[in-house]
Amino acid sequence: MAPEALYDEIQTIAARYPQRLSAVMPALRLAQERYGWLPPDAFREVGEALDLTPAYCKAVASFYDMFHLEPVGRHMIEVCTNVSCALVGAQQVLEAFEGELGVHAGETTEDGEFTLRTIECAGGCGWGTVVSVDHRYREPVKPEDVPAIVEELRNGSE
Amino acid sequence: MAPSEKALTKLLFADTEGRDLTRLSEYEEVGGYKSLRKALKMKRAKVLDELLAADVRGRGGAGFPMGRKASFLPKPKESAKPIYLVSNADESEPGTFKDREIMARIPHMFIEGVVIASRVIGAKTAFIYIRGEYLTEFEILRDALEEARNAGLVGPDVLGSGWDLTVVVHRGAGAYICGEETALLESLEGKRGQPRSKPPFPAISGVYASPTLINNVETLATVPKILEIGGAEYAKLGVEHSTGTRVFSLSGNVANGGNYEVELGTSLRELVYDIGGGIPGGRELKAIIPGGSSVPVLTADEVDTALDFDSMAARGTMLGSGAVIVMDDRCCMVQLGLRVAQFYMHESCGKCTPCREGTRWMVSILRKIEDGEASQGELDLLLNVCDRILGNCLCPLGDAAAMPVASYVAKFRDEYQRHIDEGGCPFHGDSTLDHVMAPVDQHHARIRAEIEVPA
Repeated sequence: MAPEALYDEIQTIAARYPQRLSAVMPALRLAQERYGWLPPDAFREVGEALDLTPAYCKAVASFYDMFHLEPVGRHMIEVCTNVSCALVGAQQVLEAFEGELGVHAGETTEDGEFTLRTIECAGGCGWGTVVSVDHRYREPVKPEDVPAIVEELRNGSE
Repeated sequence: MAPSEKALTKLLFADTEGRDLTRLSEYEEVGGYKSLRKALKMKRAKVLDELLAADVRGRGGAGFPMGRKASFLPKPKESAKPIYLVSNADESEPGTFKDREIMARIPHMFIEGVVIASRVIGAKTAFIYIRGEYLTEFEILRDALEEARNAGLVGPDVLGSGWDLTVVVHRGAGAYICGEETALLESLEGKRGQPRSKPPFPAISGVYASPTLINNVETLATVPKILEIGGAEYAKLGVEHSTGTRVFSLSGNVANGGNYEVELGTSLRELVYDIGGGIPGGRELKAIIPGGSSVPVLTADEVDTALDFDSMAARGTMLGSGAVIVMDDRCCMVQLGLRVAQFYMHESCGKCTPCREGTRWMVSILRKIEDGEASQGELDLLLNVCDRILGNCLCPLGDAAAMPVASYVAKFRDEYQRHIDEGGCPFHGDSTLDHVMAPVDQHHARIRAEIEVPA
């Protein structure tokens, strides 16, 4: 999405709300879709579209886990390790991903393909372990399922 | 998503068998939107009377009677400001996944509830604040809403009534605290999701400083059913002070995890054993969290407690969000306390000192206890920290950390004491929650990617 298109799209979203400030989160989401994360330019562009300072936009973004203030991999693998998933083996699933990808939780692979991280309760507790792959839930995931998931993503990226 | 294989079909999910109720046509075949048509012919006060007669209590966690909450709002003609309905679909209490299944399988029932509730309070704009992670559910809801708009059920001149209703679906972006109603309003307004001081309550000054009714997804999805069968009839379901059905989210060390809709007053034993298939692998039941990770724990001896507000209160705990988490005998209660405290530390918004600092102290002491490095006085220090958080913050997040952890110590004090006396965890690495990586700990890790930024 070009900067002008982003600007226009944000105006459309802002018109849906009684107050334009409400559009800041959807606008940040759009900007993140454009850049893959939220670099300084994203805050400047969102700020310009909504008459806000870049600092305000970053202050909002930094509150929420789904906004990335640093570059992340092309694929996002998120393993829920809250109580329900942990009780049925989430840590083993996480370790299987760590082994398969060669990174620790919170890190991105050297080739920029994968970011692996743990997340708090994703809301699939009865079907744990819940793994969110590019924002789509896989449930339940067992450690033995991990190589196929990574393989699928590697093949899909080619 | 994986639907609950043995989902009980009492009321909300009564007609889901063999049907795709995400489609408007199929929902209408089973009587969908009839309650809305009925409500549009009734006076607002009469619809409210049905909700009051149903005595339906909020399904989000606090359990406040929905009809009474709606009655606190000013009448549309007497309000200088527009009135708003906000649906709290920011489901994120650990263990809870019922609203997700409601939105995924019966989105029109939920939308119908949103429209009727908006009608009752005279709102012309309704917001659905859905948690950001629920992408699939957002898409289902968005498509269902589009169908409803095209059929004239939502939008200008709803079903020819002359009343306009705009419904906006607003996506969150990953913050547990936004499930707290005033934090949700801040977030919806485009701010950091930090709770407000109450009063004023949202009924008087909610979103955009205007009168606002905030209800949970399940509560709103119940509204069409209440109008269909009548408030008095609805109140016959369940038990006194806990009317109707609830969708319980069952998880942890149980054979058949999933969402199960049962009448309130059903025993925990029936849910865990008869419906949930009991504890797998021949293990023993050790403890049950009956209402999401923020509520005090029950021991295996308390499994005959009924799933209703009063019975849970009598046991010193709460029905909360209806999330029942089952733990077998492999679960170390210190590790449970640590993992729960880590969650609340991660999710504390930082506004109130007792919560921001207290949750950090809890994690620090619990880690020392788990690692066998705590001295004899530190168990009491932990309880002291819990005590200093309780009731001292603007919102219940701090309490949500302090209450359950204090209950683990109270009910499993010997196990906590053994960690200190034996200089380490008596499970020696064999607990189910051993060394679980929590998000709060991975923030120290450096993200190493060097990604090219598109020009």
